[in-house]
Amino acid sequence: MPDAPERANRPALSLHVPEPPGRPGDAPDFSHVQVLPAGATPRPDSATPARAMADMVYGLVRVLNDAGDAVGPWNPRLSPETLLAMLRVMVTTRVYDDRMFRAQRQGKTSFYIKSTGEEAVAVGAAFAMQPDDMCFPIYRQQGLLIARGYPLRLMMNQVYSNRGDPLHGRQLPIMYSSKEFHWFSISGNLGTQVPQAVGWAMASAIKNDSRIAATWTGEGATAEGDFHHACTFASVYRAPVILNVVNNQWAISSFQGIAGGEQTTFAARALGYGIAGLRIDGNDILAVHAATAWAADRARANLGPTIIEHFTYRAESHSTSDDPGAYRPAKEGEAWPLGDPIERLKRHLIRLGAWDEERHAALQAETIDAVRAVQREAEKLGTLGDQTFHDIGTMFEDVYEQMPWHLAEQRAQSAAEVEAARS
Amino acid sequence: MSTMNMIEALNSAHQIVMERDDNVVTLGEDVGYFGGVFRVTAGLQKRFGKHRAFDTPIAESGIVGACVGMAAYGLRPVAEIQFADYIYPAIDQIVSEAARLRYRSSGDWPMPITIRSPYGGGIFGGQTHSQSPEALFAHVAGLKTVIPSTPYDAKGLLIAAIEDNDPVVFFEPKRIYNGPFEGFYDRPASPWSKHPASDVPEGYYAIPLGKAAVVRPGEAVTVLAYGTMVHVARATAEHLGVDAEVIDLRTIVPVDIETIEESVKKTGRCLVLHEATRTAGFGAELAALVQERCFYHLEAPVERVTGWDTPYPHSLEWAYFPGPVRLGLAFKKILEA
Ligand SMILES: Cc1ncc(C[n+]2csc(CCOP(=O)(O)OP(=O)(O)O)c2C)c(N)n1
Repeated sequence: MPDAPERANRPALSLHVPEPPGRPGDAPDFSHVQVLPAGATPRPDSATPARAMADMVYGLVRVLNDAGDAVGPWNPRLSPETLLAMLRVMVTTRVYDDRMFRAQRQGKTSFYIKSTGEEAVAVGAAFAMQPDDMCFPIYRQQGLLIARGYPLRLMMNQVYSNRGDPLHGRQLPIMYSSKEFHWFSISGNLGTQVPQAVGWAMASAIKNDSRIAATWTGEGATAEGDFHHACTFASVYRAPVILNVVNNQWAISSFQGIAGGEQTTFAARALGYGIAGLRIDGNDILAVHAATAWAADRARANLGPTIIEHFTYRAESHSTSDDPGAYRPAKEGEAWPLGDPIERLKRHLIRLGAWDEERHAALQAETIDAVRAVQREAEKLGTLGDQTFHDIGTMFEDVYEQMPWHLAEQRAQSAAEVEAARS
Repeated sequence: MSTMNMIEALNSAHQIVMERDDNVVTLGEDVGYFGGVFRVTAGLQKRFGKHRAFDTPIAESGIVGACVGMAAYGLRPVAEIQFADYIYPAIDQIVSEAARLRYRSSGDWPMPITIRSPYGGGIFGGQTHSQSPEALFAHVAGLKTVIPSTPYDAKGLLIAAIEDNDPVVFFEPKRIYNGPFEGFYDRPASPWSKHPASDVPEGYYAIPLGKAAVVRPGEAVTVLAYGTMVHVARATAEHLGVDAEVIDLRTIVPVDIETIEESVKKTGRCLVLHEATRTAGFGAELAALVQERCFYHLEAPVERVTGWDTPYPHSLEWAYFPGPVRLGLAFKKILEA
């Protein structure tokens, strides 16, 4: 064998591992974020072929400017009533998150995940879709379920795993499920819901239905194979589906560069699959509404899927089990250049003359009271902390449609254990 | 010696092996700067550099697939799968690739890969932070499966696993990361520092894979267990005054058949205990082995004590978990038979 050839790639290879711009102790730095002015990104017709609108994946659809005006071609021109309704749901979502987070800290449940700072992503979509369009969400879209009118009481019962929990205490808190509200059972396994949404949309097309599907994933989980399978299927079958990527900058301790956001955008994933891609300001609920409506029109017109990257920021910890102080600069959230979604919509409503600070403060106070009242009711049915659970026998139900002999036997055994423990 | 909990002991194993062998690299979700959601890999990136301890994208199939490629190059990768419940996307790379490459390449490409993952319940983690999927891996030819039950064993076994030239799935019982758990969930938790197995040498030592430990000698019945269940078995036997011989398997494949046989032939009774679901669980394999090899010594049918055949529930965790009550009833049954 000849000697190994002298190769051209000197100096030696080295491994690139992306690093976020700041770590604890550093000053927050978002200089890499290019904040395009509101109104600057054009709005192609929703029938535009994906290739002809490829630039959109590098743009940033924004409607609300710093002054609080709605500007540019993406302005969805919603009525003040609709804007106020969206504001109410966002405020409710934030208050609900706050109460449930505290309940976990008080030992009333095992776990909780807030959506603070990302409320517009979920609530804006709810108002732009039909209530019977099918959602395949993750654990950070509670705002959408609230917007659809699902009772807060049931959400709390689920979080508490109490006697009123529609899921019988089987699921981790926040993993809601409601067929009635067209909300698919949330999975703890990241990415699985994305091809499922595509499959539901394909089924809707197979049956010549008019309903579409939408799904949400964090930017972190777009690395899972399932996301890419979903894109291929959605593209091949032109499935009537909206694939939302919520880029909140962090996946637990990993910044978005670890998911592949350093070299390109998440919206740009669409290009390789021939799917329409939009990149939008996820803290601007008008942009979320407009982009969702655009994608829904496209899907309903049989023109297939859209990937929407919602550029936003996870303002708090990943979950009750996480402390972001260990991996990101302390004041990073305050430096986030796209602001807070509730504040931005509030400013817009004030600018329109439809709202003011007093009314906002009153809304805030009323919402806290209302959510607390529901919480008191929910707690009457127990909490995980006080162990008022569903009957043990329920554990063996719904594993199969009909209980096989071995489960029946195990159920009897578990009842005998309860007896034995008593004596 | 120093006092370590299981997390610190596992961390120490990484530190030592990475220091001794610069082919060892550590990777996984959140394992780099942050040091893992359970902090097992804390400090590795700082000490060994980003090219040897790094975060990966959230893609378990990608993680193990990359490990296969790294091992093919000649590295010795140690991957963390954040929870055993999230190992399923990697099944193809583990089962069809890592496990079989030595065989299908006739030895050209051994796969010295260690896949670590926290497993098991007892933390109210619901169905996606509680599973015990060890039997799925035990069923695969070409894989070794290791499960420690103390800080001392965790360190020695992890060093042996990383140094092993075959792929090893290394399940860490997360309920006992910080202290042993005896199944009495309503009693206060006790830390590892009160347990003798938290005395861990700071330096190098390896505990050979495939060797069980008799953690409590006894004459009346043999209990085969691993992970958290070792502590439940010992405590329940003591609590009820049962003269049980408790064997900590430590490695389930290859299993230490000699220690099992010797004990069962002595006691004439065998109870297998695991947290995983019952049907086709690893207990079924143990029961089969025992009846094949010790049939004429058995005075009672082999008893299985396991989790129920349901998904792991959230609120009814303690009704699911095979704790002291379930085990106590089984002791009664097997001793009276
Ligand atoms: C298959 C799988 N792998 C790993 C995890 C553990 N995990 C839970 S959330 C999370 C981070 C997700 O980040 P991202 O997708 O960006 O969503 P975000 O939480 O930021 O909304 C990880 C790694 C999981 N739940 N499922």
